[in-house]
Amino acid sequence: MKYLLLILFLALSWQPAANAELTIEITEGVEGALPIAVVPFRWQGKTQTTPREDVSAIIQADLHRSGRFKTLPRNDMLAKPASGDEVEFKDWRVLGVENLVVGQIQPNGSKGFIIRFQLFDVFRGEQLTGYSIPTTEGNLRTTAHHIADLIYEQLIGVPGAFATRVAYITSKTEGGNTQVDLRIADADGYSPETIVSSDVPLMSPAWSPDGRKIAYASSEKGSWGIYIQEVYTGRRQKVTAFKGINSAPAWSPDGRKLAMTLSKDGNPDIFVFDMTTRKLRPITRHYAIDTEPSWSPDGRHLVFTSDRGGKPQIYRVPSYGGKAERVTFQNAYNARASYSPDGKLLTLVTREDGRYRIAVLDLASDVMQVLSRGDLDESPSFAPNGSMIIYATKAGRRSVLAAVSVDGRVRQKLALQEGDVREPVWSPLQKN
Amino acid sequence: MFTILTRWVPITLCLLIFAGCSSSPTKEGEQEGAEVTEQSTGGSGTYEGTEGAGATTSAASEAGSWSGDPLDDPYSLLATRILYFDFDQSSIGMDNREIIRAHAEYLASNPHVSVRLEGHADERGTREYNLGLGERRANAVRSLLMAEGVADNQIIVISYGEERPASMMNNEESWALNRRVELVY
Repeated sequence: MKYLLLILFLALSWQPAANAELTIEITEGVEGALPIAVVPFRWQGKTQTTPREDVSAIIQADLHRSGRFKTLPRNDMLAKPASGDEVEFKDWRVLGVENLVVGQIQPNGSKGFIIRFQLFDVFRGEQLTGYSIPTTEGNLRTTAHHIADLIYEQLIGVPGAFATRVAYITSKTEGGNTQVDLRIADADGYSPETIVSSDVPLMSPAWSPDGRKIAYASSEKGSWGIYIQEVYTGRRQKVTAFKGINSAPAWSPDGRKLAMTLSKDGNPDIFVFDMTTRKLRPITRHYAIDTEPSWSPDGRHLVFTSDRGGKPQIYRVPSYGGKAERVTFQNAYNARASYSPDGKLLTLVTREDGRYRIAVLDLASDVMQVLSRGDLDESPSFAPNGSMIIYATKAGRRSVLAAVSVDGRVRQKLALQEGDVREPVWSPLQKN
Repeated sequence: MFTILTRWVPITLCLLIFAGCSSSPTKEGEQEGAEVTEQSTGGSGTYEGTEGAGATTSAASEAGSWSGDPLDDPYSLLATRILYFDFDQSSIGMDNREIIRAHAEYLASNPHVSVRLEGHADERGTREYNLGLGERRANAVRSLLMAEGVADNQIIVISYGEERPASMMNNEESWALNRRVELVY
């Protein structure tokens, strides 16, 4: 009853501030987010075979985490329709909901399901999109992420990045032995799988643009090498094994070249290895530490970290080599830059008052915005749709993963098990 | 030959540093890590007797009262296998130079022996930059060894950046222990 009064009040004078108060738990700090309701999908089969995943809850969590949506808590819903003909649009208008997702799940064969969902514009009372998607028990989460992607793209106009994965490094020390693993999990932290397990340092994972391979640096047998591993077969090859550092691999957008750091000539410099011609092209030649190359989305430039000016700063160089120009001037320490998918922003690690934090630099305006709040934040990586940045931070002495929306309004710690977790890298969009 | 005194000043300092740091937890993530604790306990435990014992041990590379490989002589400068660095620096202080000189002397007179220089950094800053920094530190030690007559093929350099910390705490003390080059024979 209390809610109803509040709702009526809100319907009369809809204000973002008052509305934020109503749903403060999940929309803290978010202004201008699209109010959306994802009604629990109705199970149409027998109770004892209920799907083990709550598909609509996964969709709702995805939409919320993006920072672009304000999701209505289930307890605030006045009705739980499962298809368009059950929807009373005025029930949702009074709640200030602008978009509505309803759906149902049917059994399909012995282990399969069919998920139907519809997305409505509440104010017009129109269906915007609707799909019927067959899936299996093991793919329920992925299908839920795909549905969230479809909703996101329909309403925001750019692809969602929920059905993507994140690669990261974990390390665990027990009885004097440290085990370092390279793992892959869904972008929401679920379903982690180990693809490399090592008792020596392993670092800098990088996804190929098709999302089927990961390059990384490993110090097996007492020397560094760059390896490329096929994610779904586990097959791998050693790409470089020069004297010194072989690290920081970065795939060109066309997937044919690998930028990397090699110190074979005495100090770390940037090189580009053409995997078709097997030729190695030097890009920088400087006595400073040049490392952490990252490609511009058009493949024409590389940004990299160099301390040629005394302290680490970001420089940009044509990807076929040439003169390097300094990009960052704010703060005395800027490193590990990478481009946003649209090429307009760089995310990087900056030091401010002795704290290492994640920032975004707008390349057109030169304005840097610090997004993270930790003391030792590192390894920022853009979501493939540019909406979020995932990074590593400390929680006490442990290293954990966190994500922040590019506007800094939404923050999340990723749910992962014990041990240190670091160097997250977001996969490309899955091409289906 | 150098006078015994100048040789012992640096190691005394070093032992003091170890003694001061021995209370902070050290992680033994590898064999090299084990040497950290071995030296710190051995060093602080035998500190009282070092002057006298050092005087009889004399030159590290010669057969003195220590019978056996000079590398195993706990009172030799060669017993110090870890060199520490300042934040974001790869420059080598005077105390470290004496230790490096002792290692260089040993290596130059034992050309069949090789040493691995493992460079490390503390956790502040990005991992790849720190990998470069660790290598820069190890290379600084390498240059000094070579200037003292050690052959290139006796030295292997590898950087582990911040990937193999000696201490796992997030504080200044711990960071100081992690900014290091380890000499591994």
